[in-house]
This record gives sequence, C-alpha cells and structure tokens, in this order.
Amino acid sequence: MIIGRVKGEVVATIKHPAYANWRMLQLDRLDGQGRELGSYLVALAAVDAGIGQTVLVIDEGNSARQVVGDPQAPIRSVIIGIIDEITHA
Amino acid sequence: MLLGRVVGTVVPCLVYEGLAGVPLLLVQPLERTGKPRGTPVVAADATKMAGPGELVMYEGGREAALALEPWFVPVDHSIVGLVDQVSREDWEPA
Repeated sequence: MIIGRVKGEVVATIKHPAYANWRMLQLDRLDGQGRELGSYLVALAAVDAGIGQTVLVIDEGNSARQVVGDPQAPIRSVIIGIIDEITHA
Repeated sequence: MLLGRVVGTVVPCLVYEGLAGVPLLLVQPLERTGKPRGTPVVAADATKMAGPGELVMYEGGREAALALEPWFVPVDHSIVGLVDQVSREDWEPA
C-alpha cells in the first residue's frame, strides 16, 4: 500500500463501465515523512476522501478488483483508507 | 490510472489476434499539474471514442488488457476514459 494526498477530483463522462458510479481522485504520492514525491495517481474512492486528506491507496490489480467486486475490472488504484497520523520509531 | 493527452494515431497493417479493430493512439503522459512529461506510449483505446488533442485517463500493465473485449490480448496501456475536468488547484494543461 502507498500513501498519498488528495489534490483534486477527475471527472469523466465517457469511461469504461467498471468505473461507473465511482468518484475518481487525483492524489500526489508521499514518502514516509509525508513529503511529496512528485508523482501522482488517479484512484477510485472506495472510502469517501476529500481534497487535502492523506489517504491509504492500493496500487495493485487483484486487490483493487476485490474492492470493486468485478474480477475483470481494468482497475488498479483504489483509496481504501484515510490516514490520521503516521508515527516514526 | 494516469492522465495523458492523445497526440496521434497509430495505424498497424498487421496485429496479433484479438487486436483487430482496436484503435491505437499515441498518448503523451502528463505530470500531476497537466504538463507533458516523458515519452509518448501507444495505448489501445478501450472507449473507442478518443481522438487527437483529447485529455484521457489510461491504465498500464495487466489491467490495460482487461479493459478490452476480448480481454486476453497483448496490450500494456489502455485508454479507459475521456476526462472532462480535473479540479486540481494548480492544474495547468498545456
């Protein structure tokens, strides 16, 4: 799983049917310290995250398809949690 | 998923089975604010509706093939949607 910060929403009317009825959020990837890495992802929001929130994201197809409940969905990135705090040992 | 801009079309004269009739488009990957970054890739257009200049979202890897019908095809990037809007504060498409 990876950590990201939600930066915006992506709206698409014409899309693969597997994406229908899902919010899509653009998020910047973060390192362990919460610094932006410069890369991004567009992910489906399986939990309702808002702009500015730090989120937990899976970027792997099989677990993403498990979340959307379709074994043949062309989906890889899904937001599955909102992070309150990260502590370092 | 990542965001890209369609910058061209690719017309093959011969393709592997299952790929006949699948539109192939040249997609320029975009960085997080919408500026072009990196080398264009050839993506299969699963929406069959994208055209040059269009802002699209695409998926790479195994998931790319799953977007197509039939899905067991040798494809590594697929366009899965036509983007209407990105509501990012510093979004500056080229």
